[in-house]
Amino acid sequence: MTLLLDFASWLFLGAGSIALLIGGIGLNRMPDFYARLHPAGITDTLGAGLILLGLGLQAGLSLVAVKLLLIFLFLMLTSPTASHATARAALAAALRPKLGRGT
Amino acid sequence: MFAMATIAVLLTMALALARACIGPSIFDRILAVNTFGTKTVLLIAVLGFLSGRPEFLDISLVYALINFIGTVAVLKYVKYRDLALLTTEGGDDSPAGKSG
Repeated sequence: MTLLLDFASWLFLGAGSIALLIGGIGLNRMPDFYARLHPAGITDTLGAGLILLGLGLQAGLSLVAVKLLLIFLFLMLTSPTASHATARAALAAALRPKLGRGT
Repeated sequence: MFAMATIAVLLTMALALARACIGPSIFDRILAVNTFGTKTVLLIAVLGFLSGRPEFLDISLVYALINFIGTVAVLKYVKYRDLALLTTEGGDDSPAGKSG
């Protein structure tokens, strides 16, 4: 059982690391700001969620797991809010997308 | 495996910092700094597990709070050029006259 939990934890940590790296590369490779919101959202939700899930499997049922759950819930609440606020502020500041109707 | 996750988080932080340095618009920089802050939350959590001291999670939780409030404050400052401006007259986001 411990071995199974360890294996699942490795799996989640590895998948989260890969998602983080893909998001980081995409943040540098995407053509314009509105496209860059997408890899930033990937690292903020998918990467963070998978890594916190892997850590939670290592922690077991304890206060540490509750804190990890709190961090997860808070990131899930605030990260899309911050992304939405950034996109809306960029739109209000007349930053046009590179590809689309506005060009 | 915690070391692997730590290295991945550090590499992502370096990539986000590169985008924050070369970002053409101010919003690219804000987005990159927001990503950097979220990765800092993850880094503190993973480092706590790596060093066998999960008490670091408290610091991580506080950093998540500060990161969100800081991002929204910087966005408000960029948009209105003033953090004390009253914005109760309606959400009129007319792009005229505001050059980001």
